[in-house]
Amino acid sequence: MKATVLLQREPFDAAAEVAKLTRDRNDIGAVVTFTGICRALEDGEPIAALTLEHYPGMAEAEIERHVVEAGERWALLGATVIHRYGRIVPGEDIVLVVTASSHRETAFAAAEFLMDYLKTRAPFWKQVEKAGNKTWINAKPTDNAAAERWMAPRKRQAAE
Amino acid sequence: MSVRLRYFAWVRERVGKPEEVVEAPPGIQTVAELMAWLASRGEEYAHAFESPHVIRAAIDHRHVRADAAIEGAGEIAFFPPMTGG
Repeated sequence: MKATVLLQREPFDAAAEVAKLTRDRNDIGAVVTFTGICRALEDGEPIAALTLEHYPGMAEAEIERHVVEAGERWALLGATVIHRYGRIVPGEDIVLVVTASSHRETAFAAAEFLMDYLKTRAPFWKQVEKAGNKTWINAKPTDNAAAERWMAPRKRQAAE
Repeated sequence: MSVRLRYFAWVRERVGKPEEVVEAPPGIQTVAELMAWLASRGEEYAHAFESPHVIRAAIDHRHVRADAAIEGAGEIAFFPPMTGG
């Protein structure tokens, strides 16, 4: 499986990343792309920007471990994860997940798995700028629940 | 034991620095014990670690639980629950 994990300040080009996965091959029957975008409203109030802090070294390692796990759980032919950090204004992209497979079920499931894990296990923290104030965004219980559904019972116990 | 500590997000802001090397006293064996000891090092640490159950930890770039042993750790990081993606 061709796997790419990138952390960067710069914007990314989702179409170019898909092309890199599918170029010069004809075994891929399905590509799923997920792009997370910075919203203009947070809790109904306008925001100026998000700033993403990350843990260099661990962020790459943690995402790579989950890409490897996705490759073990599903018959993936390729996966790309790009996560931006730094200051991001509404309308800009934050994160990209691309999964490629022979069939769509696998590509959809693996992309959802990777996103659920990115939300709860990848060491990134969002700070929101709103009316001149900066506050850290709290983790959402719904994100934890989304990640837990991928865990085996044994693993779920260990994480509690 | 000498160990590098790293802090992120509001833990970093409360402690007032992104990283430091500390000499943990003998008898500190787990992440939870290390947090309790850190909380006793001054006002800023007490504030950062006032709710240790919400703080997550990683040893050498891997998530660990509060009862994980710190022996042999090169780098221990403390941070709030993650909000990436």
